[in-house]
Amino acid sequence: MSETGATTPAVDITVPTRPSMHLGSRFLKALCWAAGFVTIGVLLLIIAYILVNGLPEFFSRDEQGTLHFKASLFALKYNSRNLSMLPAILNTLTMTALSLLISVPLGVGGGIYLAEYAKPGSKLVKIIRVTAETLAGIPSIIYALFGMLVFVVTLQMGISMLSGALTLGTMTLPLILRQTEESLLSVPMSYREGSYGLGAGKLRTTVRIVLPVAMPGILAAVLLSIGRISGETAALIFTSGTGTGIAGINDSGRTLAVHLFKLQEEGRAVGASFAVAVVLLIIVVLMNALSSYIAKRLTKKG
Amino acid sequence: MTNFAQNSRAVHTPGQDDAGTCFNIQDVNLYYGSFHALKDIHMDIPARQVTALIGPSGCGKSTLLKSLNRMNDLIPGCRITGKVELFGEDIYAPQTEVNLLRKRVGMVFQKPNPFPMSIYDNIAYGPRTHGVRSKVKLDAIVEHSLRKAALWDEVKDNLKKSAMAISGGQQQRLCIARCFAVQPDVILMDEPTSALDPISTSKIEDLVLEMKNEYTIVIVTHNMQQAARISDLTSFFLLGEMIEMGNTDSLFSNPTDKRTENYITGRFG
Amino acid sequence: MRGLFLASACVCIFAVGVICYFLFANGLPFFAKYSAWDFITGTEWAPLRGIYGILPMIVGSFLVTFGALLLGAPIGVLTAILMARFASSRVVRVMKPAVALLAGIPSVVYGFFGLKLLVPFTRNMLGGNGLSMFVASILLAIMILPTIIQTSEAAINAVPNSYYEGSLAMGATHESSVFRAIVPAAKSGIVSGIVLGIGRAIGETTAILMVAGNQARMPTGILAGVRTLTVNVLLEMGYAADVHRESLIATGVVLFIIVMAINFIFSFINRRRVVQ
Repeated sequence: MSETGATTPAVDITVPTRPSMHLGSRFLKALCWAAGFVTIGVLLLIIAYILVNGLPEFFSRDEQGTLHFKASLFALKYNSRNLSMLPAILNTLTMTALSLLISVPLGVGGGIYLAEYAKPGSKLVKIIRVTAETLAGIPSIIYALFGMLVFVVTLQMGISMLSGALTLGTMTLPLILRQTEESLLSVPMSYREGSYGLGAGKLRTTVRIVLPVAMPGILAAVLLSIGRISGETAALIFTSGTGTGIAGINDSGRTLAVHLFKLQEEGRAVGASFAVAVVLLIIVVLMNALSSYIAKRLTKKG
Repeated sequence: MTNFAQNSRAVHTPGQDDAGTCFNIQDVNLYYGSFHALKDIHMDIPARQVTALIGPSGCGKSTLLKSLNRMNDLIPGCRITGKVELFGEDIYAPQTEVNLLRKRVGMVFQKPNPFPMSIYDNIAYGPRTHGVRSKVKLDAIVEHSLRKAALWDEVKDNLKKSAMAISGGQQQRLCIARCFAVQPDVILMDEPTSALDPISTSKIEDLVLEMKNEYTIVIVTHNMQQAARISDLTSFFLLGEMIEMGNTDSLFSNPTDKRTENYITGRFG
Repeated sequence: MRGLFLASACVCIFAVGVICYFLFANGLPFFAKYSAWDFITGTEWAPLRGIYGILPMIVGSFLVTFGALLLGAPIGVLTAILMARFASSRVVRVMKPAVALLAGIPSVVYGFFGLKLLVPFTRNMLGGNGLSMFVASILLAIMILPTIIQTSEAAINAVPNSYYEGSLAMGATHESSVFRAIVPAAKSGIVSGIVLGIGRAIGETTAILMVAGNQARMPTGILAGVRTLTVNVLLEMGYAADVHRESLIATGVVLFIIVMAINFIFSFINRRRVVQ
């Protein structure tokens, strides 16, 4: 200190003691609130717009002016008069079940490997992580090409629910894999030690002790996947196609989202489209609510 | 140096004399929720001297330090009663501007906490916060503050370098320089050397001895030798109470309270 | 069992391998028949006449994404700052699920909403026929909001509290500490959130197809229609054959490379952040 010695500076260096108005940061804070209102406002606008226009479409008025539920929207068979969405709803269920049948076992199994078996930091683990990240980042239109080229054409499955499900199974795999791994890793080590201490093996410990504790996290990922599967369009149009009937595994069948897309493309039935949008929205809201409810219970317990 | 002292005194509160009282603490009680962390504290902290607060962990010394620039406002559930006056002004009065208080009462933390930006921007942060925009003036403040913290020669060619890239000891001196830049009256130091090696520690201690020419220093330390080396007054805390305060030499050589003696002779803590 | 778990984990590697192989094996032969340079720099897309220039779509993809960023990035980052540092925990408890919901709404519903509300609104207020780059950008901005908000919020919350305390201790207000100490410290995390948003925007298909007009020509203005790479594939794949079909897969290859490059930038920023 003494050897450097602070010399008197040539300029005035006093820092004012008057309170600065901090106008800049106050203004930015106001902008933050404005942005928050825009974000929430946009969400409310979308939901309100679809509900206000869609809900009346489920009902019709007869001559006396009484409201009737428009059951034709849920007729077993679709035709261009009733525009029934029931086949599409059933196809969505089939598609969801089939896709999860593929992605859940693979994703959970892979997650178990990464969290419980793999040496952390090994080369293989790194490659698996990078590829999972890559899969998560691939846009759905690329999945569409992949599904079409691999399942529909090369494996000769044709445009079918199976091709679509294999495509969506691949698409939702990274989500389930990563969430499983994270949930497993957050299970306290002491649980495992307790089980090993009783002489249980690795597999028994993982399946009977660790996996049940991690279950809510995995379930949340599954619910989010359901949301994504039921909302997907681009990846399905060339894989499971746009068939209007109730589809079996080897048939082409449109899911709700594809149904909405096609109705729109064909440029008719605005009312029915709104009704479909309502159902889609309800599915997504439900899945999200369930998922965050489960996640909340998870954090409360932890 | 002396010129700067005059210079800085020009912006200080009027009526501040070398021998005046800086902090007048009366009947202070502080609670974290239901926990009674400070009990009936009375003390005067003299201006332009180094006052050390010592005591075992959890004795309330850091809590008291934080209540001097109201950093305890940040802790949820923290409640304080009594009076803390800074040069006669009640810092807990409703009309007190907390930001101006903290400008006058700077703080150096236990772990060096430079911002993840350049050395220059770290020092300029405070002045810019208080409305200094002129580049020439900022340059002068940066150089002057770094010189006073004995850091100028080490970093003058690398002012654009990230503050995260220099050593821990240099980071802590940077944080002290950062305090200088806003020209406070008081600098609070919360175990400023506990994360540093002996050489860096002795540099900081030298700095503290220089600093008291211009600033009132209140330092919390675990290290009794440090308190003995650098402080003029020492105050011993135990379980939220101030047990004893006095001239450092006499407190260490001749403590009046048995508990103080036990502590400084290393019988507990 | 261990082997089975390992095999499931390796499915990711396998899937990426298969995707790359099939995409390139089916897309690259096109370049044997058509010059890659003409493909990427050609400004005319006329499959019936054997002219395949995708520059309009490349430009279209980037313009629409840029527009989305212009709107979505500031709103997203500011919302994230609000949630991380200004809003009370009660407000955050409402906003978090709202943002998650925004992420969950299917793109076909976004597209439908855009088509039914934003397109007529634009047509009436600003002219043109409404199916435009403008509407596509607004819609995309909404769609990338959750990505940007969630990533930025996490980054801001991860900033050590010591920076905040250090700033307050120098007499800075809460607001200026947030904007001048905390947000700059979270910069790389925020940037990576924006890059992730770019990836989402470039890859989005259905919603854009429904509102963008999809004219395969160089964009002429923000109220004019535009076609993106993704839309080009979805729109024509249904009926394309032979060289035309290969050209669409090649379009997919170009898109894939762009998206991979963006993801690479994202993980590069992220890795540097971890090292710091």
